[in-house]
Amino acid sequence: MKNTIIIYRKQLKDTGKNMALWIQFVMFPVMAAIMENSIRVEGMPEHFFVGMFTVMHVGMAPLTVSAAIISEEKEKNTLRMLRFANVKPLEYLCGTGGFVFTACMAGGVAFGFLGGYMGEKLLLFCLIMAAGILASMLFGAAIGVWSRTQIAATAVVTPMMMVFAFLPMLAMFNQTIEKIADIAYSQHIQLLLNSLNAGTPAEAKNVIVIAANVMIAAVLFGIAYRRRGLM
Amino acid sequence: MAIKTAIDIRRVTQYFGEQKVLADITLSVEKGEIIGLLGPSGAGKTTLIKIMTGQLVPSAGSVMLDGHDMAEAKQEMYRNIGMMMDDLGFYERLSGYDNLKIFAGFYDVPEARVREVLEQVGLYRYRKSPVQKFSKGMKNRLALSRAVLHRPAFLFLDEPTAGLDPATTLQIHKMIGQMQKDGVTIFLTTHNMVEAEKLCKHVALLHDGSIVEYGEPQAINRKYNYRNRLKIHLYSGEDIELELQNAKEAAKTVFEYLQSGQIETIHSAEPDLESVFLELTGRSLQEGRQDAEEDWSFGKAD
Ligand SMILES: Nc1ncnc2c1ncn2[C@@H]1O[C@H](COP(=O)(O)OP(=O)(O)OP(=O)(O)O)[C@@H](O)[C@H]1O
Ligand SMILES: [Mg+2]
Repeated sequence: MKNTIIIYRKQLKDTGKNMALWIQFVMFPVMAAIMENSIRVEGMPEHFFVGMFTVMHVGMAPLTVSAAIISEEKEKNTLRMLRFANVKPLEYLCGTGGFVFTACMAGGVAFGFLGGYMGEKLLLFCLIMAAGILASMLFGAAIGVWSRTQIAATAVVTPMMMVFAFLPMLAMFNQTIEKIADIAYSQHIQLLLNSLNAGTPAEAKNVIVIAANVMIAAVLFGIAYRRRGLM
Repeated sequence: MAIKTAIDIRRVTQYFGEQKVLADITLSVEKGEIIGLLGPSGAGKTTLIKIMTGQLVPSAGSVMLDGHDMAEAKQEMYRNIGMMMDDLGFYERLSGYDNLKIFAGFYDVPEARVREVLEQVGLYRYRKSPVQKFSKGMKNRLALSRAVLHRPAFLFLDEPTAGLDPATTLQIHKMIGQMQKDGVTIFLTTHNMVEAEKLCKHVALLHDGSIVEYGEPQAINRKYNYRNRLKIHLYSGEDIELELQNAKEAAKTVFEYLQSGQIETIHSAEPDLESVFLELTGRSLQEGRQDAEEDWSFGKAD
């Protein structure tokens, strides 16, 4: 537990000095805040931008950040030094994962307030975010562990993040894309948010697809961990 | 007092694919001594350090530290190992102090110790600068201070002074000497003869994965010191070597050159570890280095 906390703190401090990373955490909440308050189009649903950027935040930030952090530690050989200080792989993953999760959730809560959610609705909103962030983060961690360098990780992360972040938006305009998007967790985060906004009950399918995504990501992570190892 | 074996390398062989990088290495190191592993680029020095520190399980053979097999008992042994590899492994955006503080936390070492080791390497003044702003010498010193932070019984230093200026090198030598006084067993690799002769009780010369000579530096030098030579450098740029066994002939030659005013410099060329190595293997220890001319500033070939 002590080591996990040290890793968490280290990551907090390091990310603060790494603009390329912390910008990922704040970019979409800030953009949503600006657009919500400045753009008004006739007939546009309420909090349209909050909904759109929430899904992008979930699809992008946890994925890119966790892949970047882990692959950089592999590339720079800092993980080896951690192992020699008797830090267990699980302690490392909990510290790093805990940081990425809480930092992304902070953005998530900001979205909740921007979207005007209150009480039970805010809680549900955060729960939906948490599920999406978990899936996204696990995919990112799998890529980070698999990659030997940061550049290699980015090469995989970029197309994946495009798919997850933009599919739900494109699916609104195109039926074929909607069918493809149906297997992506981010699409179902979008659908869950839609029903939350409309006050209609969520479909079981939404939860099942997200859970399946989390499981697939966890399996991919397991494979990467076994084949490439962490340290 | 009985001399204790601290590091026991037994018939270690390492393959990478088809390539045999280490061939049947056997070597033992007494507790509290400094041993130097000398060899040109690609000889297998880093590979042997990786095996000794349990980062690599050898294809055959074993390494025992204090009687513990490194292939099995790694975790418990890590507490006793301080290590400085050729890629240093820092969080470059964080300050030197923060880097060490993180490890002090893992090792349960009081934070006062961070200040102590930073002062020892003369970096306390720069403790707040991010490591990425450090020069190579500062990074090496920081790596050394991290390696000794938890007062390990073993110190493995992979080319601790490669690419450093003489002043920094001297500072690192002092620290290594201090560690030895504190009873630490130190295993270092180098291509620097002067360094090995100055610091090490024993040296092993590694060539193509085999140890071609082992012993005290002075003893090795004496063993190969059967023909002292004189080196004359002429103004014309020509170099002449004279065997001193043939004293009369040599004296006559020197006299002639002196008389005609052709001599720029005269050196005695006593065999040192460098020439011993050259004689044993036909290869220079500096082979594969970019700036091998300057004794203190070896470039990294890889
Ligand atoms: N992981 C690896 N996979 C394949 N080959 C390797 C690996 N590590 C080292 N080698 C090879 O083993 C040989 C010895 O490498 P090693 O790094 O031990 O040499 P070295 O003596 O430390 O050289 P230098 O002075 O340049 O650091 C080299 O030919 C190198 O290419
Ligand atoms: Mg090496």
